[in-house]
Amino acid sequence: MAGYCGKVLRVNLSTGEIKKEPLDLEVAKKFLGGRGLGSYFLANEIDPAVDPLSPENKIIFATGPLTGSSAPTSGRYMVVTKSPLTGAIACSNSGGFWGAELKFAGYDLIIVEGKAANPSYIYINDDTVEIRDAQNYWGKLVSETTELLQKEVGDPKARVLTIGPAGEKLSPIAAVMNEKYRAAGRSGVGAVMGSKNLKAIVVRGSGKVEPAEPEKTKELLSRLLKKIREDGVTGQGLPNYGTAVLVNIINENGILPTNNFQKAYFPTADAISGETLAEKYLVKKDPCYRCPIACGRYCKVDDEEGGGPEYETIWAYGADCGVDDLAAIIKANNLCNEYGLDTISAGATIACAMELYEKGYIKKEELDGPELKFGSAEAIVEWTRKMGAGEGFGAKLALGSYRLAESYGVPELSMSVKKQELPAYDPRGVQGHGLQYATSNRGGCHVRGYLISPEVLGSPEKIDRFALEGKANWAKLFQDLTAVIDSLGLCLFTSFALNADDYRELFNYIVGENYTTEDILTAGERIWNLERVFNLKAGIDSSQDTLPKRLLEEPIPDGPSKGHKHRLAELLPEYYKVRGWDEKGVPTAEKLQALGL
Amino acid sequence: MKIEIRLFATFREGRFKKDVWELPEGTKVIDVLNRLGIKPEEIAILLVNGLDAEPDHVLKDGDYISLFPPVGGG
Repeated sequence: MAGYCGKVLRVNLSTGEIKKEPLDLEVAKKFLGGRGLGSYFLANEIDPAVDPLSPENKIIFATGPLTGSSAPTSGRYMVVTKSPLTGAIACSNSGGFWGAELKFAGYDLIIVEGKAANPSYIYINDDTVEIRDAQNYWGKLVSETTELLQKEVGDPKARVLTIGPAGEKLSPIAAVMNEKYRAAGRSGVGAVMGSKNLKAIVVRGSGKVEPAEPEKTKELLSRLLKKIREDGVTGQGLPNYGTAVLVNIINENGILPTNNFQKAYFPTADAISGETLAEKYLVKKDPCYRCPIACGRYCKVDDEEGGGPEYETIWAYGADCGVDDLAAIIKANNLCNEYGLDTISAGATIACAMELYEKGYIKKEELDGPELKFGSAEAIVEWTRKMGAGEGFGAKLALGSYRLAESYGVPELSMSVKKQELPAYDPRGVQGHGLQYATSNRGGCHVRGYLISPEVLGSPEKIDRFALEGKANWAKLFQDLTAVIDSLGLCLFTSFALNADDYRELFNYIVGENYTTEDILTAGERIWNLERVFNLKAGIDSSQDTLPKRLLEEPIPDGPSKGHKHRLAELLPEYYKVRGWDEKGVPTAEKLQALGL
Repeated sequence: MKIEIRLFATFREGRFKKDVWELPEGTKVIDVLNRLGIKPEEIAILLVNGLDAEPDHVLKDGDYISLFPPVGGG
């Protein structure tokens, strides 16, 4: 079998039953794999109204047909489940090596059901699959758990996916970590593992992912590698500076959210930029499986070292908290990795808490730690630790910004969409990207349709970031194409250099298909609509396709994008139309039928 | 007139991060680029006062220019 392994591993933690089921290849190709196929299984197997932290929810670890292949950046896997943060469908994506190893062991997906009586982990070594006791690891940090599990299985090359204490304590902003520093970060997928008493999944495999057409694949790969190396972004920008290169760009455009989106320009941004990171703290690059881009960073500050930080992390703990101390940001990032917290949601929640403190909602006497003042390096580090450990007021912060702000009666001070914290671009100065935030199927998110590419970076072409015209079409195209890239098991960053035709060819040669570019984009659209229908059934309707009030009503007060608000009301009806949905954002019967749903 | 020039990423190598130049009225962005030894095709993002601009943009006193080579995503 080419591309796919053709096997689904089903593990029921309540009964201890382990099943290896054949993968229906017709279904697999219809939904491509990874995000698409994982979402198909989830939508078919759970009631969308289920409590995300109950045993009735399932958590699916999904690879794409290209994961583990010789295609560039093919180390990706996705975690699909119902999110405890948003109540919507979650699909969190991570790189590293774990996903490829799962393919080598012979599985396309793992579907985990039920709840173990005691803390457990799943051990996979090719055909051997066991549910093992993990009581000794419960409560342990991510790096220690990783090392101890490699020791227990007697294999330093075993790949470890684990949660930290935040996931065990069911924080809705807990991440799933692999290879210590890589995160399936968003939407609280770590808490779903925690709710199932599942601490880790350890994988070792000896197989290979063979392409259907080896000669054609070889030729194609050498052409695509050339494109990736010659592209300015994937060949120079990302390899030299990592994602943090964006700090200055976004700030110079006046869209770097500062002090919980109260401002959009951070005067001391250069102190926390990719340039400064490379100059002062970078130890080495830390690439994922088969990656020619190598944007991953590995940094050292004082006696601490570890993976990251990424742009979004630097922004959340930096500008959004008014902090320009890069050493403190790196320390907060390390704590997120160790406790298994999503860095965007954790940093943005502290930023929200700082505004609540500034405005007098959070009182000094409530705090069993440093004052929550904008600009406090001490606060971002210590409160992250307390969030991770679920200690004192930190436990309240670990609920995420929406639940925090809501508890003070001001949910509008949470800069989130569908309760998930927005990332590092103020939508008031990037209208298309803002539309994408409002309509993302997993809530506030930048990687469901990265319109920063055309609106700011000029890739594939430069479009006016303040204009509305054509943005609905751009949003749909980017959302559908991103669903394809995710589902194939490739990194989104390849899209700076590759186009839809390239992805089609990769899919066709590796899987042995004959898809047209239209077929592949239709598969992306099918996945998007499948997720949308799940959300509607879960009770998340068009009233939640919105942005925080501040971004719709208050113009940016400073910097180059001064005076702009987000004009969502003018964009949304056109977006629904472009999608073939009714005016309430519900996919029409004709649309669903045309997509084979 | 005074014009501030901000350079980023690899453009800083052998040059500077930020500088203020005294330039004659009517100076265009391209004149600044020539003096910096940066070709327009090497530039991915060219901003004047934080807004997209072209090399033939005519500068006025107090303007600031931000120049980026091809960079990346987050």
